[in-house]
Amino acid sequence: MQVNKPEDFTKNVSKALAQPDLKKIIRRTTDKAETKRTEAVANFPEFENARSQGQKVKDHTIKYMDHYLAEFEKNALAQGTIVHWASTGEEASKIVLDICRQHKAKKVTRSKSMLGEEIGLTHAFDNSEMERIETDLAEHIIQLAGDPPSHIVWPAMHRSREDVVKLFREFHEDPTYSEEITDLVRSARRDLRNKFLTSDIGISGSNFLLADSGSSCTVTNEGNAELTITPPKVHIVTAGIEKLVPSMAHAVPLLRLLTRSATGAEITQYITFHNGSKRPNDADGPQECHIVLVDNGRTKMLAEGMEEMLRCIRCGACMNHCVVYKHIGGHAYGSVYPGPMGSVLTPHLDSLEVANKQTHACTMNGRCEEVCPVNIPLPKLLRSLRAQSWQKKYEPLTNRFVVQSFAELAKRPRLFQLLSSCGVIFMKVFSRKGWIKYMPFTSGWTRNRDLIEPGSTTFMHQYKKMKKAKSGGA
Amino acid sequence: MSQKITNAGRTQPNTIECLNISEKKVGLFVTCLVNTMRPSIGFASITLLEQAGCTVEVPELQSCCGQPAFNSGDDEGTRQIAYQTIKQFENFDYVVLPSGSCAAMIKKNFIEVFKDQPEWLARAKHLASITHELLSFLVDVCNFEPRGIELDGSFTYHDSCSGYRSLHVYEQPRKMLSKVKGLDHKPLNSHSECCGFGGTFCVKYSDISNEIVAEKVKNILATEADYLLGGDMGCLMNIAGKLNREGHKEIKALHTAEVLAGLAPQILGGKDAS
Repeated sequence: MQVNKPEDFTKNVSKALAQPDLKKIIRRTTDKAETKRTEAVANFPEFENARSQGQKVKDHTIKYMDHYLAEFEKNALAQGTIVHWASTGEEASKIVLDICRQHKAKKVTRSKSMLGEEIGLTHAFDNSEMERIETDLAEHIIQLAGDPPSHIVWPAMHRSREDVVKLFREFHEDPTYSEEITDLVRSARRDLRNKFLTSDIGISGSNFLLADSGSSCTVTNEGNAELTITPPKVHIVTAGIEKLVPSMAHAVPLLRLLTRSATGAEITQYITFHNGSKRPNDADGPQECHIVLVDNGRTKMLAEGMEEMLRCIRCGACMNHCVVYKHIGGHAYGSVYPGPMGSVLTPHLDSLEVANKQTHACTMNGRCEEVCPVNIPLPKLLRSLRAQSWQKKYEPLTNRFVVQSFAELAKRPRLFQLLSSCGVIFMKVFSRKGWIKYMPFTSGWTRNRDLIEPGSTTFMHQYKKMKKAKSGGA
Repeated sequence: MSQKITNAGRTQPNTIECLNISEKKVGLFVTCLVNTMRPSIGFASITLLEQAGCTVEVPELQSCCGQPAFNSGDDEGTRQIAYQTIKQFENFDYVVLPSGSCAAMIKKNFIEVFKDQPEWLARAKHLASITHELLSFLVDVCNFEPRGIELDGSFTYHDSCSGYRSLHVYEQPRKMLSKVKGLDHKPLNSHSECCGFGGTFCVKYSDISNEIVAEKVKNILATEADYLLGGDMGCLMNIAGKLNREGHKEIKALHTAEVLAGLAPQILGGKDAS
């Protein structure tokens, strides 16, 4: 499929809304996620405690980022891991490819990582001489389909079972002819198993980086991260610097929040802490371990007062509960990260100029903030980005004109009242049987719904008349 | 040693505290949508506040709470609007609005635009502390219970997002509506999911908004209620407009205040409620 761009948001939205089944497919996953999260929170009485604990851990680590980064590097080096620093996505992606080329790698396996998408790793590999193999089931599906991910936890949620059946029959060497989910999973497993064992290099992301041990934690349900990391000779971790926490004790409350907020599970099938390369007495493990620490706009966010966004643990709860995401899906955003968290992140990863529209595509209903496991005030952050685009004049001129004119009137109450009265008279001209079906300048409203007829005159007008009558009668 | 009993140092007794007389002086901010589209909500608010023992005044020099400017990122425009709202309303005991989103604007958002102006920030904070959404004010502050109101049929309730999430308005309208004789509650599936109004959002992203409200309408129709009630004119206009466009005349949208003030029969009969 063609990859959408963030600057084409309006076009992307129309495209998404024109797909009648998309909404149903998205709802199937997000509604289930909502229910399961609600149940998980109800069964976890300490949830609010954990939430403020999680927020505190994140805020603390972000505040002392320089200290913990240095500590992490020291401890990672001590266990033989080679540490790389990348200030941009391209830089990070180049470091990874260079390591692969040094080892003359032909095949690389990759376990799902949104940061990998962010730094353009998939694209970089596809343009190289190396073969990229996605090992997460959903990533495997979208790799076969040639799609970008549409959700940060369920990247293939836009694909139906019928799509998967077709894709597997077309691409798997020994495909299944059943449409049962277990058979489909087996088909993928058969296809991937040999690739795991013959891969030259395994690449993973990281859910948490522990500063006091220099280790990296992965959270999965399929065990594919472990199979990606253990058999090949070389393991490369790519991680955003905001993944840092001081120690394992600090990661625990965040883990409890992450799994419940993402899928409603108390814990995932696999949570692994990776501690560098194989030691002499270890049964297996990579011989060489690299970690690429990626900034890519994060320190800038810190400097620009967006540090609350760096708390994000990528659970996806904000998009599962977002009424806009539920209707347009992840691809419409045209960016790696969709939904509320994406609308805050993308302006920092790309630019506000290209991702301005996404910050306005929100009804400010506050549900994302309500469910965020680390209390990120997403609506407030979106609004602050709107204030920035207002100052930088990224808003279309007509919008600016309307909003400004309204504000100019609103600060002059007498004129405002007068024009409100005129507005009522104007609307009356177009109303039939209590409703307005069409009226000039209101197509945004009347294209999709009717407008109720206004009162006979404004409240203020009637109120003043009533008061006059009362005082006259007294 | 005998102790001399004296009044010295004691505060003067409040002579009216033992009488059922309230001193609550309320400034009513009717909001621009009520002012132009549905004046009856303003009059219903006055009626209810007076029944709850308040003295109500409607300052003439009021306009808009500033949400369109604020949500568009126009901080300077928001400040200009806020200056005069603060001046008009800061001297009341309470400021009441028949809208969750406009009340939340004053209660939560004014302070956002005065971060660098300490004097105005203090005034904005004071205004925030005395500002209330109507339905929660009636219950939480006035302990009000409607009496002698009847309306036959059933209602379902849409919790507007700002009222529900920012101001925690949920129990209060339901509690008061339970006192209306003849009126049954039919719970709404996804009662707190946004209706797609979102102020400027619904015209800027009309098609997304349309999809959202269409879903809301489906949920509302599934309740088979006679009335859709809510506490925000914006949401009600959006949902009612979609209901009417789809030809569903069987369910009527009303503001909770209109029902509680006993204006529903008049409004449904097509008469101006003033």
